Amino acid sequence: MNIIVAIKLVPDLVEELSIDADGTALDTTWMRLIINEFDDHAIEQGILLKESNGGQVTVIAPDAEGIDDMLFTAAAKGVDRVIKLTGNFGTTTNNHALGRALAAVIDTMQPDIVLTGVQAHNDLDGPTGPLLAEFIKRPYVGYVAGVKVDGGKAQIRKEYPGGLVADMEVTLPAVLGIQAAEKPPRYVPISKVRQAMKTTTIEEQEIQELTPEGGPTISRMFQPEAAERATMIEGSEDEIASRIVAILKEQGVF
Amino acid sequence: MSQDIFVITEHLQGHVSDISYVMLAAARVLSKGSGGKVIAILLGNEAKSLSDNFAADEVFYLDHPKLAEFTPDAYNAVLGGLIGNHSPRAVLFGDTSIGGDLAGKLSARLNLPLISHCLKVYAEGSVLKFTSQICGGKIMAEGDLPEPTVLVMMVPGGYKPEEGQSEQPPKVTAIPVPGLEDLRITLTQYIEPETGDVDISKEPLLIAIGRGIQTEDNIELAQELADAIGGVVCGSRPVVDQGWLQASRLVGKSGKAVKPKIYLAMGISGAPEHAEAITGSNMIIAINMDSTAPIFNIAKYGTTADLFDLVPVLTEQVKAAKNG
Repeated sequence: MNIIVAIKLVPDLVEELSIDADGTALDTTWMRLIINEFDDHAIEQGILLKESNGGQVTVIAPDAEGIDDMLFTAAAKGVDRVIKLTGNFGTTTNNHALGRALAAVIDTMQPDIVLTGVQAHNDLDGPTGPLLAEFIKRPYVGYVAGVKVDGGKAQIRKEYPGGLVADMEVTLPAVLGIQAAEKPPRYVPISKVRQAMKTTTIEEQEIQELTPEGGPTISRMFQPEAAERATMIEGSEDEIASRIVAILKEQGVF
Repeated sequence: MSQDIFVITEHLQGHVSDISYVMLAAARVLSKGSGGKVIAILLGNEAKSLSDNFAADEVFYLDHPKLAEFTPDAYNAVLGGLIGNHSPRAVLFGDTSIGGDLAGKLSARLNLPLISHCLKVYAEGSVLKFTSQICGGKIMAEGDLPEPTVLVMMVPGGYKPEEGQSEQPPKVTAIPVPGLEDLRITLTQYIEPETGDVDISKEPLLIAIGRGIQTEDNIELAQELADAIGGVVCGSRPVVDQGWLQASRLVGKSGKAVKPKIYLAMGISGAPEHAEAITGSNMIIAINMDSTAPIFNIAKYGTTADLFDLVPVLTEQVKAAKNG
């Protein structure tokens, strides 16, 4: 089975975010990028499918600071082939542009199944998966938390609010938006990643054109000011704990 | 082409999802600017009555046995034709498990611009605008809704569902459904959520843990505090995905909405997918070392103390207070 996983890097939300001088985009100067967590699950699901059904897993990602390390990590986990899209990629490249770039490369690879994270926290023009799916004229299902492949069909588990789950049958080839892999993404020791750096070649595919057509123009980006912010409790652990206990008492908890 | 605002309503197993009403409320704002009608789009099978309380000027109802329950291919086939023929000013989708399978595909297929994570919409004269909430609620992005037709994916939280409801049933127009052959995605079955040992949506005291709990072993800290208070441990998505808590303990977009008397959030950032499910809480108390975490925007009390230092002390004090 030819399994392709499309991933991308996103700003690490643990770090402080700031807005650029124009006030219309995130300031990328000090921004730390990490793998989109749903994409990490998509990689895991891809490897699980290879383990159960055989075949090859390829991970494809647009160029970004730190992407090589991420691709070597994927290789260390068991991904067979890693491809980096090069060209004028930036953090403002929208998902329509990325979807067209991915489609151009993936369509020629004749995949059986394409996996990608169901969404990313910085998507402003929709998640990548359904755009890519339509650009290569394949069906798409998102919020997937479980995939089994048998013959030319995938049995998928789709999540709805409140814990309701739908089992659906999807004719392959198809694109799936992964919410969660069947198992948590595997841990890989740094020694294995170092080994992968020596044995893995990152293939490069140059993307000529990245037009933003299909996404919105942002006129202003800002950090929200809360209408009401929490009253912050300061002090030593003892002092903070007694204040919380006092609040619980006021609320009649005990 | 028209100035109407389409709302792609969502329903599962005979229940209209709240996001449908949120979108109807947003559509009303847009229609005042565009001068068009609010048109609710309802796809179903013998499901016309689901639209009885829609606050819409008109309902386009499309009936077909293959539309009884949501499947991406059937919905996309029907909506592609409808949107293409009518060319409304805007089409609102849920930024949900349903809308997420539709909006991107239709954007690419019909060559229409798409905006996601949209929280609020505005009309300044006839210019229509949006505000989207991204980066886990830490960043807002604004812009104009592109003309002549735009697709928008809406998150909950910008409008109350009641604002999209009406006691007066709207006018319903039946729209012919094209043939639905060669569908590549079919529904096999629904699986109801595990009931689990407790129903967190009914518990009054919830001790909630998020990514900040770091390891499975640390869950014991939360459990000890919960035992001392007499509450129940629940968590956000990362904790459940790791298999550290049962799915029945998941609070958030794909889990349960909760409304406890006290929601003690430990190491939870408060991303929109989680926040939307806890706004019904009587009081939220948040422990998070990141002072910019959005959880502090909805919490009544907060502290940036390290939870690993604070929680054991808190547990001891709770025990002492109960015994005293």
